Amino acid sequence: MALNLKVQKKLKYFDMDLSLSCADGRMVVLIGPSGGGKTTLVRMVAGLSMPDEGRIDFHGEAWFDSGRGINLPTRKRRIGYVFQEYTLFPHLNLYDNAAFAAVDRKEVDGLMELFGIAHLRKRKPHLVSGGERQRCALCQALARRPRMLLLDEPFSALDVVTRRGLREELKALKNNLSFPILYVTHDIGEALFLADEILPIVEGRIDRGWMQRTIAREPSAANSVRATREPRLALAY
Amino acid sequence: MDFLSLYVTLKLALVATILLLLIAAPIAYVLAYAHFPGKALFEALIYLPIALPPTVMGFYLILAMGPKGAVGRAWGLLTGGSLLFTFLGIVAASVLYSIPFAVQPIKAAFLKIDPRLLENAAVLGLSRFAAFIRVVLPNSIGGMAAASILVFLHTIGAFGVLLMVGGSVPGVTKVASIAVYEAVEAMDYRTAGWMSLCFIPISYIFLLLVNRLNGEARHGA
Repeated sequence: MALNLKVQKKLKYFDMDLSLSCADGRMVVLIGPSGGGKTTLVRMVAGLSMPDEGRIDFHGEAWFDSGRGINLPTRKRRIGYVFQEYTLFPHLNLYDNAAFAAVDRKEVDGLMELFGIAHLRKRKPHLVSGGERQRCALCQALARRPRMLLLDEPFSALDVVTRRGLREELKALKNNLSFPILYVTHDIGEALFLADEILPIVEGRIDRGWMQRTIAREPSAANSVRATREPRLALAY
Repeated sequence: MDFLSLYVTLKLALVATILLLLIAAPIAYVLAYAHFPGKALFEALIYLPIALPPTVMGFYLILAMGPKGAVGRAWGLLTGGSLLFTFLGIVAASVLYSIPFAVQPIKAAFLKIDPRLLENAAVLGLSRFAAFIRVVLPNSIGGMAAASILVFLHTIGAFGVLLMVGGSVPGVTKVASIAVYEAVEAMDYRTAGWMSLCFIPISYIFLLLVNRLNGEARHGA
């Protein structure tokens, strides 16, 4: 597996104890209720938050190892990270944002073209829509040629239609990516649509029965699942 | 009309403003983001010039810059000259005198920056220094502009500290505020009136310029 981790951290309301693995080209979706530790886990992988104990290995390289006192700084992990919103640099136009950390600036035009925002290259982030901003954030993350991609509810602030469009674009893109992807969401439909593997996280632990319980309890979740027209629906519902 | 002292004033204000932006930005960064023991003491020390009477500050600067003071001795060894009654001496005094007025708005601007932008900068591979140059500074133009206004105007208006450290050497340390004072003392109200009147457009034009810069930064032009 490309990414292997086992981490423990004492949080305010519960103790987190999680392990997961993700292979190259695979997308693991972390799902669960808000405040369950999904974002904290992704932040640990990014190096933005530190586990109390455990290990995070990437292709055999220790990014974090409490036993050996290793904690590779975020900037050296070479990851792509798309946050929920508002992380484009407001003083730069979309092109300069996308090219901010680009390995090869020539690739940036192609990426902007791919995500349909090439015509907005001169616009500042506050002058484009939320969906266009998140497309730019994806370009920014990918132009760095990351070794791994972390997506923390990247579309949650968007309207349903934009969200569905982006979800499909991401699914198409995923087939061409050869690194591991961790995707955080609380939308079951989105998880079923995108994931190679779904890990429900509740109060800092993996709870494999969470999805079935949620779908059985909440009609809206069931509708969300139906909306994906996903064959695995039968498994979950 | 004493144009020479007006020239010295503007030169001093400009040099002090530029120097203070360079000095205050890293200090403000440390105060905004760093945690270390004694930080509160350090911050209070930076803001001390607001609370001290300018003549008290001038007195201590005379002691420090004089031939027996540590700074004065070191300067003498390095250059063979003196800091007291020189343009460099009043530049140093102005920088110390106005440092709180530069640090405070810049620190406020740094604190306003969304921490997620800095996290994204780290994710994108930037060191702290690179993030400071590429993300923090360009998004703090409003605070830098506010600091420039305050320092520039504060330096133009300085009197006590400059008189003590620089005296009144025409063309070197005699600034307009001292020239006005001396004109009034000599009962030359005509010169004092014209000199005083000069302060208004100078201050006003500078405020307009910096406000415009501030507006452009806010609207992302």
